[in-house]
Amino acid sequence: MVNIKINNIPVSVEEGTTILQAAKKIGIRIPTLCYMKDINAIGACRICVVEVKGARSLVAACVYPVNEGMEVFTDTPKVRASRKTTLELILSDHNKSCLSCDRNTHCELQDLSYEYGCDINRFSGEHHECEKDVSTPYLVRDNSKCVLCRRCVAVCRKIQEVGVIGPVKRGFKTHIGCAFENDLNDSPCVACGQCINVCPTGALHEREEIDEVRAAIADPEKIVIAGPAPSVRAGLGEEFGYPMGTNVEGKMITALRMLGFDKVFDVNFSADLTIMEEANELVERIQKGGKLPMFTSCSPGWVRYLEYYYPELIPNVSTCKSPQQMFGAIVKTYYAEKLGVDPSKLYVVSIMPCTAKKFEKGRPDQSASGYPDIDAVLTTRELAKMIKQNGILFNELVDGEVDSPLGIYTGAGVIFGATGGVMEAALRTAAETITGKPLENVEFKKVRGTKGIKEATYDIGGKTVKVAVASGIANAKKICEKVSKGKCDYTFIEIMCCPGGCVNGGGQPIMSSVVRENTDYKALRASVLYKADKKCGLRKSHDNPVIKEIYDNYLGKPGSHKAHEILHTSYVKRERYKK
Amino acid sequence: MNYNELVAIKERALKAMGPRAADHTLKEIKERTVLVCGGTGCTSGKSRVILEEFREEVAKAGLSDRVKVIMTGCFGLCALGPVVIVYPEGAFYSQVHPEYVHEIVESHLVNNTVLTKYLYKETVKEEGVIKALNETDFYRKQHRLALRNCGVIDPENVEEYIARDGYLALYKVLTSMSQDDVVKVMLDSGLRGRGGAGFPTGRKWMFAKASQADKKFVLCNADEGDPGAFMDRSVLEGDPHAVLEAMAIAAYTIGSDQGYIYVRAEYPIAVQRLRIAIKQANEYGLLGNNIFGTGFNFNVEVRLGAGAFVCGEETALMVSIEGNRGEPRPRPPFPAVKGLFAKPTILNNVETYANVAQIILNGAEWFASMGTEKSKGTKVFALGGKITNTGLVEVPMGTTLREIIEEIGGGIPNSKKFKAAQTGGPSGGCIPAEKMDVAIDYDNLIAIGSMMGSGGLIVMDEDNCMVDIAKFFLEFTVDESCGKCTPCRIGTKRLYELLTKVTNGTAELEDLDKMEELCKYIKENSLCGLGQTAPNPVLSTLRYFRDEYVAHVVEKRCPAGVCKNLVSYSIQPDKCKGCTACARKCPVGAISGTVKNPHVIDKAKCIKCGACMATCKFGAIVKG
Repeated sequence: MVNIKINNIPVSVEEGTTILQAAKKIGIRIPTLCYMKDINAIGACRICVVEVKGARSLVAACVYPVNEGMEVFTDTPKVRASRKTTLELILSDHNKSCLSCDRNTHCELQDLSYEYGCDINRFSGEHHECEKDVSTPYLVRDNSKCVLCRRCVAVCRKIQEVGVIGPVKRGFKTHIGCAFENDLNDSPCVACGQCINVCPTGALHEREEIDEVRAAIADPEKIVIAGPAPSVRAGLGEEFGYPMGTNVEGKMITALRMLGFDKVFDVNFSADLTIMEEANELVERIQKGGKLPMFTSCSPGWVRYLEYYYPELIPNVSTCKSPQQMFGAIVKTYYAEKLGVDPSKLYVVSIMPCTAKKFEKGRPDQSASGYPDIDAVLTTRELAKMIKQNGILFNELVDGEVDSPLGIYTGAGVIFGATGGVMEAALRTAAETITGKPLENVEFKKVRGTKGIKEATYDIGGKTVKVAVASGIANAKKICEKVSKGKCDYTFIEIMCCPGGCVNGGGQPIMSSVVRENTDYKALRASVLYKADKKCGLRKSHDNPVIKEIYDNYLGKPGSHKAHEILHTSYVKRERYKK
Repeated sequence: MNYNELVAIKERALKAMGPRAADHTLKEIKERTVLVCGGTGCTSGKSRVILEEFREEVAKAGLSDRVKVIMTGCFGLCALGPVVIVYPEGAFYSQVHPEYVHEIVESHLVNNTVLTKYLYKETVKEEGVIKALNETDFYRKQHRLALRNCGVIDPENVEEYIARDGYLALYKVLTSMSQDDVVKVMLDSGLRGRGGAGFPTGRKWMFAKASQADKKFVLCNADEGDPGAFMDRSVLEGDPHAVLEAMAIAAYTIGSDQGYIYVRAEYPIAVQRLRIAIKQANEYGLLGNNIFGTGFNFNVEVRLGAGAFVCGEETALMVSIEGNRGEPRPRPPFPAVKGLFAKPTILNNVETYANVAQIILNGAEWFASMGTEKSKGTKVFALGGKITNTGLVEVPMGTTLREIIEEIGGGIPNSKKFKAAQTGGPSGGCIPAEKMDVAIDYDNLIAIGSMMGSGGLIVMDEDNCMVDIAKFFLEFTVDESCGKCTPCRIGTKRLYELLTKVTNGTAELEDLDKMEELCKYIKENSLCGLGQTAPNPVLSTLRYFRDEYVAHVVEKRCPAGVCKNLVSYSIQPDKCKGCTACARKCPVGAISGTVKNPHVIDKAKCIKCGACMATCKFGAIVKG
C-alpha cells in the first residue's frame, strides 16, 4: 500500500492507483473531460490537473500514479485557474450554439464551464476548419463542437475494435476523422453509435428523423404506426428523471398516442415472430445438416461488421430479418391486408435504442410489401426529444395499453434487449420444438448477465447443444476468429453489436462519464426486461396467440415459402475501403 | 571477430588511409589524400560531382597509387562549402567548383604547388604558405570530440572507423567491464543528454538496467527537427559507427539485444550511411550475434520518421516506432521502466552516443575534466543566421556566447550590430547582448530563460524584429503540436494570434499581460516537453526586449522595420532625381511620377515589399 495525502487528508491506496482514483476514495471528485475508465486514460484535456508538492508542473490526475509520501492538492487557486483557462481555451474553439444544441443540459463541457464560472469569450480567435459529416443515414459528426477528448476514438478502437476513426492532421488543425479523410460512409464503420454515447458534447448525434415523422403524422392520408423496441422502455425514463432501471412502458405508450401515432404496437411482438422463424431455422439446420454454428441476425451493427470483416461467415448467419424489419414487413403485408388499405398508406416508425437500425431500414431486400418495411427510425433519445418538444408531461401520464393485434407479446420477446435474451428466447422455443414437450424451466440463466462472452451447454431432447453469447464487437471478433478457424463446437451463437446488448445501444439516453463509471447501467437496464419477462403470463414466443393466428391464417408455418418472402433477407460482402 | 583481428584491421586500415592530418615537417611528399566533404550542405553544392572529377583527374594524371580521393562527413565550415582538404599540407579549398578540379590537380597534385587562390582566405599566411587549419579562428577554439571523425574518415568504410580506435571501447566493455562498471563510468563522466533536457546519461542507463524484463530496447533519437539544427545529421553522415558502437555498449549495460535508430526520412544521406554502417558492422561481427565471442547479441534497425517534430519527444518517438500516430503519452511510467512496446527502454540522442566510446576508452575523469561544474565535455552547435561562419562547431561546455559568435563564428556580416542569439530552437529563448559573456552550459542557459536544446544557435542582428522572431518560432510549434492536449493545441494558437495582433499594431498593453499569463499556463499544463517549452521564445523576448513589444503596441512602430503593417515607404522629394527606376521596379504600380521630377508612392497600393528602396541609387526612399 502507498500512503499519500490529498488536500492534507491521509489516504492509503494500492500501488499503481492514480491520483484521480485515490481522491475518489476519500470523497473528492477531480473533474475530468477526456477520461474514461479503462479505455481512455490519456491525460489529453488537462482538466484534471492537480498540484503535487515538489513537481515541476501541474500533473494530470487521471494518469499520474501515486507514490509514497506524495502530497497532492486538488483545489488550490492555481489549479482552479488552470482548469478554468483550459475550459476557456476549449470554448474559444467551440461552436457555442449551446441554446439549441442537441446536448444542451446533457453536456459535460457545459457542466464544467458552469462549475468553473468560465468567461466563454475570454479567448477569441480562429476556429478550426471543419465540415459536418452527414454522409451516413445514422450518424452526424459536427467537429465544430468536438473537444478532441478522443472518447469516441477509444470506444471505437478498444471496445468495438473497429477503429474507423482517429485523429487526423496536427496541431490546431487536428480533428477526428476516418482514414484518408474519407467520409464515415466510406469507412467500415459498423454504425453502432457507441461513439455518440461517450461523446461529452454535441459533436456526435444520430441522424434525426423527427421532422419526417412529424410530417407523416400531419399527413391525413397516412396511417402512422409506432413500434417501440424492448429496450426503449428500459431507458426512456432516464430522460425524465426516473432512476436507471425503471420500466416506463405504460407512459411511453400514452406519450406515443399523444404524439399523434395512429396505432401503437410493439416490436416485442415481432421479436416473438423472429424467434419463431429463427428457432425453426436453427432446428432445421441441426436436423437437416445445414451450416452451423448459426449466428443470430437481430443486430444490424453486428451484421454489418460481419459483412465487412468476416464475409466468409455469411452462410452461418440466420437469414431472418431483425425484429424491426419483421415488424414493418408484417404491418405492411398482413396488417395492411387486414385493414384493407394499400401498404403505401401505412407509415411505420420504429423506436429503437439503436443507430444501426437507421442504416438497416435502407438495406436492400427489406421491402416485403414492395414498399420499405420501415419508413422511419427514431432513437430512444429522439422519442424523448419529441415528447419534450410537444409539451407532454411524461411523468404525469397514466399508463396506456398497446393496440391489438401487433402489440401482444410474450416474455421471450421482451428479453431481446439484453445480451443473451435472444438466445434464451430461441432456446425456449427450440427446446419445445425438438422435444415436443412443454419446458419445465424457461429460464436459461447461464446466458444471462453482462459478461462479454458467455458459453453454455444444454441437453435438449438428448442432444447436447453448445451455445455462445457475445456482446460488443471486440468479443464478437474473438468468436468469429474461432468459428472462422473451425476451432469451436458451438451450435448457436448470439451476437449483439453493443456491449450488454440493445439496452446499451447507441440510441439510448446519454450518461456522463462519471455515471458510466459508477453505475452498472447494463445490468440495471437489463433488469427491467427480466422483471417484465417474469411478469408475463406467456413466456415462450410460440405461445403468443397473435403469432399463432398469423401463422394459421396468413404465413402457414415457420419457414414457409411465404414466411421466407416476407420475413427473411440476404447479406452482401462489403469492401472496407473503396479501391 | 576477436581482439587480434580487430587490431590487425586497425593497423591495415591506418596504412591504407594515407595522410589524414596536416604534417608540415615533411621534406618530401610521397602520398596525398584528397578529402571531399560529403555532408548535406556540400552535397547540395555538387560535392559528389567534385569527388568524381577528382577521381577522374587523378587517374588521368597517373597518380592513383599515390593520391587517395575520399568522401568524408562534414568539416563544419558549411558557409564555405563545397570544401576539399588535401593532406599532408592541410590545404583547405573552399567553395570549390567542379571546374576548378582540373586546375587543382594539375597544380597541387602534379606540380606540388598549392593553388592559393582557391584556398580559404584565413588559411593563407602569405603567398604559398598555409596556416594550419586549427590555427584559424574557426577551428582554434574548437574541441572536436563528438565530431572527431567527421571530415576525417570515410563514413562508408568501417575499417577507417576501426583505424581511429573504433569498436575498441565495445571490446573493452564486453571483455573487461561489468554492467555496473559501465554505469559507474557514465555517471562519473557527468555526460548529460545532448538532445535538449540534459538528463544524466549514466542515471538513465542505471534505471533501465535496474528494470527487470524479458526484453529491453536501446533507441537512438536521430529525429533532429529544430529549425537550423544539423549536428546529429552531421554525426550520422560523418561517423555513423560511433553511434552504433555506443548503442551496443548501452545495450550491454542495460541488458538489451535490440536497438532502433529513429531517423528523419528527410535525411537521406544519413539514412543511407547508417544502413551501410549497420551492414558492414554485421559483416565484421561487430553487431549481430555473439559479438567478440562473448555471447553478447545486439541488432540494430533503422526506423524512418515522417517528419513530425513531436516525434523527437521520447514517448512520441516510441509510439511512432510502435506503428501508431506519433503523439506523446503521459509519464510516468518512464521509458526506463515501460518504454517501447511497454518494455524498459533507453533513448539517447545521436550526439550523446557520439561521446560514449571516447569516455570508455579515455576514462570518466578525462571527460569530466572538460566543461563546467555541472555540464561536462563539449557541445556541438549549429551556427546559423546573421553570422559569417555558418556551420558546425564543437566547443567545451562553458565557452561564452561571445567566443562562439565573435571568434569562432567570425562575427556579424555587413558591420551590423549583434542583437540576440537564439538557442534551443523553438523550445529555447533569445539571449540578448548583455548576456553574451555567460558561460554556456545547461543550467546557465535555463537561468537566462533559454535552454541548450539540441544545439541550434541562430544569430540575430539589428535588422531583426524580436516580436517577429518570437512569432516565427511560435508558428513552428503551433504547426508541429501534435494536437493532443489542450494547452498546446489551442493555447499556442491563441498566443500566436495575440503576437499577430502585436505585429499588426492592433494589440493593447493588456494583451502583453494576457500573453504572459498564457505562456505560464501553457508551460505548466502541457502534456509533453514540446508544449512545456513552446512559450519560451515569447517569454524570453518579452523579458529582454519588452521595449520592442511596447513600441509595436503603443507607438504602432516596428523599430527594426520588419513588421509590414507598421512600416511605410516614402520618397524624399529633395533627394529623388526622377530616374523612374523605382516606378519600373514596383510590382504593383504604386509609384508614379514623370521623368526628372520627384516620384510619389501611393500608400494604399503599396505592398511594402521594399523593392523600391533596394533599387534607388540616391537614398531617396525611406522606411518609417
